[in-house]
Amino acid sequence: MVDIEFLQEKTRQIRVEIVKMLANAGSGHTGGSLSAADIVTALYFYKMKHDPKNPQWIQRDRFVLSKGHAAPVLYAALALSGYFDKSLLNSLRKLGSPLQGHPCCKNLPGVEVSTGSLGQGLSVACGMALGLRLSGINSRVYCLLGDGEIQEGQVWEAAMTASHYKLDNLCAILDHNKLQIDGACSDVMNIEPVEDKFLAFGWNVFTIDGHNMQQIVDALNVAESIKGKPTIIVADTIKGKGVSIFEGKAQYHGVAPTKEELEIALKELKDGKS
Amino acid sequence: MGKVECACTLREISDFYGKDMATRDAYGITLVELGKKNPDIVVLDADLSCSTKTANFAKNFPDRFFNIGVSEQDMIGVAAGLALTGKIPFASTFAIFATGRAWEQIRQTVCYSNANVKIVATHGGITVGEDGATHQALEDVALMRVIPGMTVIVPADAYETSQAIFSATEYYGPVYIRLGRSKVPSVMPEDYKFQIGRAYIFKLGKDVNIIANGLMVAEALKASEVLNREGIDTGVANFSSVKPLDEETLLKIAKSSKLIITAEEHSIIGGIGSAVAEFISENFPVPMRRIGTRDTFGCSGSWKELLNFYGLTAENIIKTVKDFFRR
Ligand SMILES: Cc1ncc(C[n+]2csc(CCOP(=O)(O)OP(=O)(O)O)c2C)c(N)n1
Ligand SMILES: [Mg+2]
Repeated sequence: MVDIEFLQEKTRQIRVEIVKMLANAGSGHTGGSLSAADIVTALYFYKMKHDPKNPQWIQRDRFVLSKGHAAPVLYAALALSGYFDKSLLNSLRKLGSPLQGHPCCKNLPGVEVSTGSLGQGLSVACGMALGLRLSGINSRVYCLLGDGEIQEGQVWEAAMTASHYKLDNLCAILDHNKLQIDGACSDVMNIEPVEDKFLAFGWNVFTIDGHNMQQIVDALNVAESIKGKPTIIVADTIKGKGVSIFEGKAQYHGVAPTKEELEIALKELKDGKS
Repeated sequence: MGKVECACTLREISDFYGKDMATRDAYGITLVELGKKNPDIVVLDADLSCSTKTANFAKNFPDRFFNIGVSEQDMIGVAAGLALTGKIPFASTFAIFATGRAWEQIRQTVCYSNANVKIVATHGGITVGEDGATHQALEDVALMRVIPGMTVIVPADAYETSQAIFSATEYYGPVYIRLGRSKVPSVMPEDYKFQIGRAYIFKLGKDVNIIANGLMVAEALKASEVLNREGIDTGVANFSSVKPLDEETLLKIAKSSKLIITAEEHSIIGGIGSAVAEFISENFPVPMRRIGTRDTFGCSGSWKELLNFYGLTAENIIKTVKDFFRR
């Protein structure tokens, strides 16, 4: 039995850490970190095999945060998993910190690859999936993409590679929050119909509510049973999810909460159902 | 899985010493040898495996060869992913596409992650020939040299190429090796041992020293013979390791030179000429002349014609030295 309530509570804690570390840093990406919190929680606290005491464990599942600007959600998940002390989150974006503005694998155990330049992570995930298969290691690779990010051509090169090499140990998740920096994806550069595109590229596609933990868990589980092709979970999400003043607003893409906004956020996140 | 049908034939070679051959051919053969020794070696290509000679490896180890198709950016990312699971990937395509199209992938994903990716690009320089400017990389060394953590190697002949490929495998970290299309003469002596970051002095000149890499080492040696005969004491050094630069050897050369000539099949902007100028101007300024392409694209022609056209010849080296002393 999956303890959905436990995962929902973890998600709430992760959102709390995200807004706190961002407000403390005074800069960073709020909206896209919050929208991905449920997905990342399901991966780190339910689905993935990993060992915070042994980050290089060869049998571990891999997570590639292709949308690297959502570093805070990754850092929160790593801290709450026990990769490092939670107090380190206070150093986010500060000189000398291993918690760089965008994740750097050279600095921080638990980060699999450096990301932040959009569009590159799915290729790396393909390489990892190939490498694991070649080594006979029965681990899975997860890759989180942004919906604006998939405007990058390289994503589609990688989409071809994943299906050409039948990478069924690869599962991509699209944080489909419909917003990017300059506004709605549909205004900036339409990506729809996203499901049809991946289907046409030879992928197995699920569409779920990316804030419904049961649906996330189910999709991750079923994805594992699909053989012969990669899976993408198109997760319908709300940018800034969990804090009413950030929700659905493009302008909270790349700004940190102010002191006042943090107070509102913490109140909502502690009382709310997340 | 990445089927390759082409005319490349595998040759058994363990010793490249004394062989006049294209460095890309040496690469193709060495890769197969390496593949036999080390099961972690994997090879990627972007639909140019017959030209880059990775087809040899594909034929021998089909399960460890991945044709990524005409998508160089993805190829570099996939190579990084393979490296991060403990494989030693060699990714190959033409030098301009490897370093140009995928530059940011190399910077962000490979080097910033310190992923153990070996990028071995062929068709570096003007000797690509008839295909013309679009396929002639005259900027690749510059593009790779500016990235922190990248090692940049431009071997002079088949013997050095084979050694450099083995050294790159033993070294952990990103490496760029630039190879050529056309046949080049053997220049390195039998007892030569390639080492990353180490230059090789054929002879230390008291008047002039020519610092070269790639096929310009052979031209430098030809030029030095003539100059020495004419009473200008001329030395030659092979700086195949553009980065890390062998600063100790360079300082020694600078202290023994009235003139330093650099010679490369690359733009004078950003390659070994720039690297040498940067170092000596800060540490031991000596007059310098750089031989290379001069802020220009290439063009179509036979490779021999092109070397002449762009002054990448022993004759131009000799002329440049004489002009300097005639001043
Ligand atoms: C190659 C590249 N171009 C531009 C940027 C700047 N940038 C950061 S986030 C972003 C928008 C991303 O939108 P989306 O993928 O939808 O992210 P999310 O909504 O999940 O935050 C852009 C353009 C970047 N990081 N990388
Ligand atoms: Mg978005």
